Amino acid sequence: MKTDQLIAALAADADSVERPIGRTLAIAVAGGAVGAVILFAVMLGTRPDALASLTSPRFLFKFVITLSLLASALGLVWNLARPGAVPIGWLLALAAVPVLLAVGSVAEMITVPPAEWGRRLAGSNSGMCVILIPMLSAIPFAALLFALRKGAPSRPMLTGAVAGLVSAGIGATLYATHCPDDSPLFVATWYVIATGFMAMLGAAIGERLLRW
Amino acid sequence: MAQLNREEEWAALMRAAIAGDAAAYRRLLDQLSYSLRAATRRGFAQFGAAMNDVEDVVQETLLAIHLKRHTWDASQPLGPWVRAIARHKLIDALRRRGRRIEIPIDAVIDFLPAEEARSDLDRQDAQRLIGELNGRQQTIVRSISVEGKSIRDVAENLGMNEGAVRVALHRGLKALAAMHRRGDEE
Repeated sequence: MKTDQLIAALAADADSVERPIGRTLAIAVAGGAVGAVILFAVMLGTRPDALASLTSPRFLFKFVITLSLLASALGLVWNLARPGAVPIGWLLALAAVPVLLAVGSVAEMITVPPAEWGRRLAGSNSGMCVILIPMLSAIPFAALLFALRKGAPSRPMLTGAVAGLVSAGIGATLYATHCPDDSPLFVATWYVIATGFMAMLGAAIGERLLRW
Repeated sequence: MAQLNREEEWAALMRAAIAGDAAAYRRLLDQLSYSLRAATRRGFAQFGAAMNDVEDVVQETLLAIHLKRHTWDASQPLGPWVRAIARHKLIDALRRRGRRIEIPIDAVIDFLPAEEARSDLDRQDAQRLIGELNGRQQTIVRSISVEGKSIRDVAENLGMNEGAVRVALHRGLKALAAMHRRGDEE
């Protein structure tokens, strides 16, 4: 087949254009988040004092972290789904999340006596945290990877990893309303382990699944 | 200036194509194919790959542009998006040929003005991947590409409705793209 002939066939197929990738991603993230919320409501539910805790800076700080992770990872994956350079601005926004978490951890270490650090870090529920965040992330993770297959990422591995971060952002936000441990030291340890696991899983799957 | 005009023209053609204008789409792909051919040749030359299958890479890139055109943001220029796809496919193709990509390849993909690119007239026939399509898809893709028939004619000849021919054509093109890609793992 000559290239001109291929072009004739492509032009004859002009009607086949798919839904814009941005909309596909939006549907996947929204649908995945709804699925995660339902799973969360059925399986866990918010902790009894969640509303009363809205005045607690430590409780709120968990959402500063999980929501800034979610927002920056979303912005990044929106761009990564299309061919082209990695958008530096969103990458820096994502990199700011661990910096923020480190600042919170230092603040905690200043306000809490060293003898308390270990207990705060260990918390009461670390095993659950590491299991439940990936579990709550699973539906958005699958939905987003499925949507990204419609995309054309120049960096499949990185794109998969960031998809893992988006889903961990959703899972961790939900889990944070259930989890009784609010110390930044707890978040910086167990939430980070769970989030890192989702990112690695995403990288491993993305490298295979998102090639085009 | 010429660069700017071309960007505007390309973006306008792609917008028309996405709205279903097959003639605009054909004109766009035709223009892109010249730039892609020149860029692929430069890439192959730079990495010392044999020139005999440049056209395969051009076709694979055109197929990717076609199947991924919903990832183009219509508010952006088309050129950078096309270059990113071309770069991706060129790197794949060079790796498949055992080349290690050590230097930035972006400069290679910088498109020449169309006039200069047009001097590349010695186009080769690409591989016979079409022969590997399944029966019905092969007949339909071959009729529309190699034989230049219209969808309506093909539908009439095969006693199918036009919608079914369109679906088979699209699936056939997807299958062609997948065959190109499978070359990666060989």
